[in-house]
Amino acid sequence: MAGAITAHLSEEASVRPKHINESGFVRFVLIGIALLFLTLMVVLPLVTVFYEGLKKGWDVYVAALTDSDAKSALKLTLIVSLIAIPLNTVFGIMAAWAITKFKFRGRNFLITLIDLPFAVSPVISGLIYVLLFGAQGFLGPWLDEHGIQIVFALPGIVLATIFVTFPFVARELIPLMDAQGVQEEEAAVSLGAKGFKLFWHVTLPNIKWGLLYGIILCNARAMGEFGAVSVISGHIRGETNTLPLHIEILYNEYQFSASFAVASLLVMLALITLVAKKLIEWRGSKWQSK
Amino acid sequence: MAKRSTLKWFSIILAVSLVLTACGSKDKEDKASTDKSTSTGSTTTEQTTDTEKKEPLKPVELLNVSYDPTRELYEAYNKAFAAHWKQETGQEVTIKQSHGGSGKQSLAVIDGLKADVVTLALGYDIDAIQNKGLINQGWQSKFESNSSPYTSTIVFLVRKGNPKGIKDWDDLVKDGVEVITPNPKTSGGARWNYLAAWGYALKHNNNDETKAQEFVQKLYKNVPVLDSGARGSTTTFVERGIGDVLLAWENEAFLSINELGPDKFEIVYPSLSILAEPPVAVVDKVADSRGTREVSEAYLKYLYSEEGQRIAAQNYYRPRLQSVADEFKDQFKSLELLTIDKDFGGWQEAQKKHFADNGIFDKIYVPGK
Amino acid sequence: MKGSAIRRVLPGFGLSLGYTIFYLSVIVLIPLSGVFIKTAGMGWSDFWHTIWNTRVIAAYKISFLTALSAAGINAVFGLLIAWVLVRYKFPGKSIVDSLVDLPFALPTAVAGIALTTIYAQNGLIGSKLEPLGIKVAFTPLGITIALVFIGLPFVVRTVQPILQDLEKDTEEAAVMLGAHRWRTFSRIILPEIAPALLTGFALAFARGIGEYGSVVFISGNMPLRTEITPLLIMTKLEQFDYAGATAIALVMLVFSFIALLIINVLQSRISKRTTSA
Repeated sequence: MAGAITAHLSEEASVRPKHINESGFVRFVLIGIALLFLTLMVVLPLVTVFYEGLKKGWDVYVAALTDSDAKSALKLTLIVSLIAIPLNTVFGIMAAWAITKFKFRGRNFLITLIDLPFAVSPVISGLIYVLLFGAQGFLGPWLDEHGIQIVFALPGIVLATIFVTFPFVARELIPLMDAQGVQEEEAAVSLGAKGFKLFWHVTLPNIKWGLLYGIILCNARAMGEFGAVSVISGHIRGETNTLPLHIEILYNEYQFSASFAVASLLVMLALITLVAKKLIEWRGSKWQSK
Repeated sequence: MAKRSTLKWFSIILAVSLVLTACGSKDKEDKASTDKSTSTGSTTTEQTTDTEKKEPLKPVELLNVSYDPTRELYEAYNKAFAAHWKQETGQEVTIKQSHGGSGKQSLAVIDGLKADVVTLALGYDIDAIQNKGLINQGWQSKFESNSSPYTSTIVFLVRKGNPKGIKDWDDLVKDGVEVITPNPKTSGGARWNYLAAWGYALKHNNNDETKAQEFVQKLYKNVPVLDSGARGSTTTFVERGIGDVLLAWENEAFLSINELGPDKFEIVYPSLSILAEPPVAVVDKVADSRGTREVSEAYLKYLYSEEGQRIAAQNYYRPRLQSVADEFKDQFKSLELLTIDKDFGGWQEAQKKHFADNGIFDKIYVPGK
Repeated sequence: MKGSAIRRVLPGFGLSLGYTIFYLSVIVLIPLSGVFIKTAGMGWSDFWHTIWNTRVIAAYKISFLTALSAAGINAVFGLLIAWVLVRYKFPGKSIVDSLVDLPFALPTAVAGIALTTIYAQNGLIGSKLEPLGIKVAFTPLGITIALVFIGLPFVVRTVQPILQDLEKDTEEAAVMLGAHRWRTFSRIILPEIAPALLTGFALAFARGIGEYGSVVFISGNMPLRTEITPLLIMTKLEQFDYAGATAIALVMLVFSFIALLIINVLQSRISKRTTSA
């Protein structure tokens, strides 16, 4: 992820003169290995999810998805994503602007700190908010006095989700804006462009595809987060269960088919997201070639 | 031209996201300031018609924080209690459920999960809440029978026809027998399993503790998968087909036979087991601050009523009430049962001796074996 | 220093940096500092005893080794997948490209359950491997597979853009000098993509060490054999031992931070190289 500038699969790279390409046989074998690996590691689990979900028939599948607990879990998941993503997007843009358009001491250190949530165990990311806001935590007694509930309620789940998806947008934008330099903005400033207008008219058009890609990855991860949210949610049925937690509950109730059915819903949400990403890339490359 | 339209499109997205951010933070405040606003919101509208006729009692909501295997029990019981309470007082009551590992649930309550009542796997976990001042001293004598309205015991679940011929605890330590049980450090149910085995070993070795330790060590050497919770172990045994015998709560064993295949498994009763008493308690501090003490106490008390006991028995928990016990006496085989207080000196002591860090259970797992 | 003077021409430095640091502090730094404060509450000997005993060391080892081998497998196959995606044409290529991101999006618990279903003794693949004496689920091998799944996109997505931007000229030159295809790869291409590959490797590794959701289902959680470090944190929490849990969390946190610092040093090397070229 880090440093992944949206990779457009341009035709250019795959059209190569013969002498700097492998023989047909080698190519065939390499593609074969790559596809086999992906099938075993990614496609098979995916197919399993749908297979197990539909094993007991279509009715069970539909019933699992229309169950009221499933619906409220879906709603909660969407609400959490809708709060977490814009916040992280604004942060990502701000951070990328500061880091790439200016030179200052401790820049690398700052980038490392932004990266940190990538590498922190999800268990810890949930735990830290319990330590801070829980009834036994540092701010717990004060919050309790004022009747503010953070852990085991929506705000806690949102915080944990924000933490887990924290670096995605910033990390997508930083290399992109770094590569683009500051010339265009400086030229615009010398022509009298100011403040937000400068960003809006000069920078944004250049980074929008990278930004959208970051948002999409952020969204996918936000909807799927399990570990951190599990620590902080309190597991109240129909109230603080997100979709991934609902899946675990169904699984623990021996409703394996229903659990995989709900899981397939999340997979579909993820697939829609990824298809959207593909469309964006495709539009982006079409637009670039014009 | 494409540039202009995409830009417009993009600005819309950004504007929407900014609005959402604003809504989001407002939503957070709303949610936070009034603890129960959103959840009761939906129920109030339905119920105004009912409450108008009689005294204007507001609908009330309870949160019951429980452990894993009680899902089915409380799903049925909550309906029954809501009907009973309505009839008695005219008040609507909705009960929310939270399930998970017993220790984890207890920790969540300590950390601020606003539970009105807790119904956990062992007294130790409720003691932990009491130690933080959320539950008053002496909770265990507040309701009848040690505040445990129903009991259970530990039995063996084996594959149909019992191919390994497992009859009693000493069959579990034989070579080539695979035993499935969860980790006692993370699962309340697993602690009962462990203590039952320990009790059996003590009895058959003239109370020699070193022999007993050897016995449980051998037993846990036969465990190929140590899941973190009781339900995880059942899944491993039933769905993954691993192991020859599952040590399970009696109610879990019945449930897995019913839900997952009567023709695949059978229950074996060992010669000796342990009386598992899953206790219940009102979380005093929460109930008082939310004004739900009366209904919370009634909720737990009704578990002892004939209807409550029957629901427990229907969900394979052993009832306390004699009349209901007689009714279901074919379902529950009677066997010799150890008790935690008499045979192990209570939970605090058992926990310290066996399950705390560097306790006997930790000594079972020594490197190089 | 002349450069910075020019750069400050642009507006918004104070605002953007200020906001960045504010948000970073509120969401990440202050909450994380709780781990330090909580751990500081326990004495030195307690702390040392908690983070350094046989059970915990075994867990470190398992987490470290499985994450390392998973990252290694991902480095090899991730590079291969990136290579195939960038350089070759084949039907369904864009679908394959989308699939790579899937592990990011699939909830880890679902991944864990699905993988366990496949690789358990009675699963689709597990049942084929069982007669060969290979057990996957509930062994370190199972943990490794879960971590391969989790870490795959990291390698592919870091290597892909670098491979894409690789100049043809150097390869041309190598061929003209008579270099063999494999030689061109190992001497010209590999050094060029090595930093990115290492970055991807390190990210997959760092992620693997902390992974919990998918691993608990497939690992079997046997002390000393398949018990991972994040599970130990959970175990401590179940025993109401917050200080112990945060002590282990602290060790993992420091480790992650070091891993990330190494990544960023590597990255600044990459960017230096590209700017000097």
